[in-house]
Amino acid sequence: MITPKTEDEVSEFLVNTSKSVRIVGGGTRQGLGNHVEPEVKLSTLGLTGITLLEPAALTLVVRAGTPLAEVQEALAAENQQLPFEPMDHTSLLGTQGVSSIGGVVACNISGSRRIQAGACRDSLIGVRFVDGMGTIVKNGGRVMKNVTGYDLVKLMAGSYGTLGVMTELSFKLLPKPEASATITLHGLSDADGIAALCRALGSPNDVNGAAHLDGKTFIRIEGFKGSIAYRSEALKSLFSDSEVTVETNLDNNSKLWKSVGDVDIFAKMKTSIWRLSVKPTKGPEIVEHLRKGGIKLEAQYDWGGGLVYLSVADDIDIRDYLVEMQGHATLVRGNGGGAAAMPIQNKLVTKIEAGLRAKFDPRELLNKGIMG
Amino acid sequence: MPFTIGKIILPIVKGCQKDTKMEMPTPNAAVLNKKSHIVRRLSKVLPRESVISEEHETRAYECDALTAYRCSPMIAVLPENTQQVSDILRICHEEGVPVVPRGSGTSLAGGAMPTADCVILGVAKLNDVLETDYDNRLIRVQSGRTNLSVSGAVEENGFFYAPDPSSQLACAIAGNIAMNSGGAHCLKYGVTTNNLMGVTMVMMDGEVVEIGGSHLDSAGLDLLGLICGSEGQLGVVTEATLRILHKPVGARPILIAFDENEVAGACVADIIKAGVLPVAMEFMDRLCIETSENFAKAGYPNAEALLIIEVEGSELEIEEQLTKIISIAEKHNPVELRQSNSPEESAKIWLGRKSAFGAIGQISDYMCLDGTIPVSELPFVLRRIGEISKQYGLRVGNVFHAGDGNMHPLILFDANKPGDLELCEKMGAEILRLCVEVGGCLTGEHGVGIEKRDLMFDQYSHADIEAQLNIKDVFDPKWLLNGAKVFPLIATEDRRAA
Repeated sequence: MITPKTEDEVSEFLVNTSKSVRIVGGGTRQGLGNHVEPEVKLSTLGLTGITLLEPAALTLVVRAGTPLAEVQEALAAENQQLPFEPMDHTSLLGTQGVSSIGGVVACNISGSRRIQAGACRDSLIGVRFVDGMGTIVKNGGRVMKNVTGYDLVKLMAGSYGTLGVMTELSFKLLPKPEASATITLHGLSDADGIAALCRALGSPNDVNGAAHLDGKTFIRIEGFKGSIAYRSEALKSLFSDSEVTVETNLDNNSKLWKSVGDVDIFAKMKTSIWRLSVKPTKGPEIVEHLRKGGIKLEAQYDWGGGLVYLSVADDIDIRDYLVEMQGHATLVRGNGGGAAAMPIQNKLVTKIEAGLRAKFDPRELLNKGIMG
Repeated sequence: MPFTIGKIILPIVKGCQKDTKMEMPTPNAAVLNKKSHIVRRLSKVLPRESVISEEHETRAYECDALTAYRCSPMIAVLPENTQQVSDILRICHEEGVPVVPRGSGTSLAGGAMPTADCVILGVAKLNDVLETDYDNRLIRVQSGRTNLSVSGAVEENGFFYAPDPSSQLACAIAGNIAMNSGGAHCLKYGVTTNNLMGVTMVMMDGEVVEIGGSHLDSAGLDLLGLICGSEGQLGVVTEATLRILHKPVGARPILIAFDENEVAGACVADIIKAGVLPVAMEFMDRLCIETSENFAKAGYPNAEALLIIEVEGSELEIEEQLTKIISIAEKHNPVELRQSNSPEESAKIWLGRKSAFGAIGQISDYMCLDGTIPVSELPFVLRRIGEISKQYGLRVGNVFHAGDGNMHPLILFDANKPGDLELCEKMGAEILRLCVEVGGCLTGEHGVGIEKRDLMFDQYSHADIEAQLNIKDVFDPKWLLNGAKVFPLIATEDRRAA
């Protein structure tokens, strides 16, 4: 394991090596992506520290190996937060360690608030990385409006370390809410639950959490106290024919949404876990289609139905049943610890992606094959 | 808009390369010589009226909103569907003809400026709504549709498309995607890239690729993020899936005036730190306040700096946010704090700001810059701009989106005075370099185009630029698509010649 302490050391290592490299942060998300067997591991955990935190500009610049928890703590002290609410994969993947902010970006990890505040890639405004030849590259910066040249910032988010070793990241932030409310609808079917979430998200109430699991349909709003009181009533009145409860305790709400984000309901099961990204209204239809195909499964819906986690009893590739689907399916955890499977792309996109990788990492050293 | 508002009328420059001050690649003689052959080939795949090749007609495409620089294209084509765009690009690819894509031609950076040997590919006829889906909160449109008419297509159901560049009445979604356009409401709603879900794009060799769609995140590399803001250099987008939102119940502005720029800046910082995220925070300095007041008579106070802050929501939510904003503002001893009690009063608060560019255009020619700075650097940057202004002897008015640091300094000059435009451009470059020095960037929402091409090395190292050029190599190996833009010509010379 190589643990460079500076960006220059990362560069020096990559310039001089000819070995295949697996980039690791805190190791909590190592199960994501295809299984690869590299010759050497490069840890980013030596690249730590917040280099700039400017609450009045809603801006954070941080080195990639910095623990996520440390970032969140520093932001909380300023009453701010990362907008995209990254999930914790440790219980679902059975991993240990401390998640790093670089790993969050590499896998573009976005939680429930993604439906309103955007994904990790939407909050990322700047990046520094070392490409496969050891060249140090920067893109974007620390301002939230920037259209100077191509946007490599988005490209790096979710690239699973296949284009370079990220060393420093800039984010735009959000204030922490003064108040929150979760409106829960009880006893709805999957289809009715998602229809209810569509109504809530299509109303002017700025809903920023919309999930359905375990026979409950959850709708979250955040903001100032008066506004929360007003919008809770507005949302309740949309669903006067359902059984509705409202939770306004901040701690209870943050626990509930953490458990949704972390997919706690499936964590302990000995099943395969699939993650589907689909058109929100299609979520329940796809689940129904799989069930009709004889597949035993349970489903959790987030992002108003657009993010579906499936717990599947059988060791099968559900993508065989979903060829007509717009969107994609990823095996997050194989049952019996089997390898994950990344989505399959159309031919032309695959060709473009291969072309980009050949430019950023012509020697094919970095996390090769992890994205397929 | 630089050079367009006001009284300035620039002569049409003939012969392009020889007379314009903007350096452009030498037109390819081999391409010019086979013009009639190319016209014939294009006419086989397009309706007759969609191929424009007579000199008096192609002149309509000689410039975009950066009107100081003009050059008629060799040919202009106006396809009606994705298949025709594919046919055009395949032919141009085979013949080695440069292509410049064009939305509505409102680019302030010269993004759609032609070269003499190019085919202008205008998407104006691609303006249909293909699908509206309120349950999934998306709309799919052809890319030539104007920004405002996207909102127009969904407004009767209470929805809107959030990015709102000030040219929204005219500008096309294709151009918005190319430049990753912003607007006044970015602090809350993000820019184009945050509201774009998918595209149908034609590659330079004519292949059609679908990227993204009605689902929320990308399967592999984020190609959608890469395409948005690539200034029409990676492909021609013909269809786009856009996120739509329900309109807020209401919105109301407040006007706060200060006797120092620094204090206005501190007030903005305190509002953000307090957790209030207004939908817009606009700043104007004395020159802009006075000029727009003389022009629009909005009843603005006599002050050094003025903030217009708008909040959204129900009546109760608006009151709650304004109460917080007022209590913060009062700690900074404003010279005036004006609330609105009616839609008419709200309109009056906005009137001066919305008239600011036009008002300046009434008293002078001007050039509008677009750099972004970290908000904390505002007092320093305004002071430095004042010094630079004295040094060059040209006046500057400052209007900007205070919440996100996107500045629009307006440099006043006299287009009829020989050398004044050049002086103004030199001064503009110095202000943009200042934005970069303090941690900001050259352009926040207008794009690089030809206008800021030569400043790219002030913001990026050679390695940073090379990484970007490598991306274009993948999408457009022959460098035929809008290849004279974004990067300094010297940096792309070998690639364009290859």
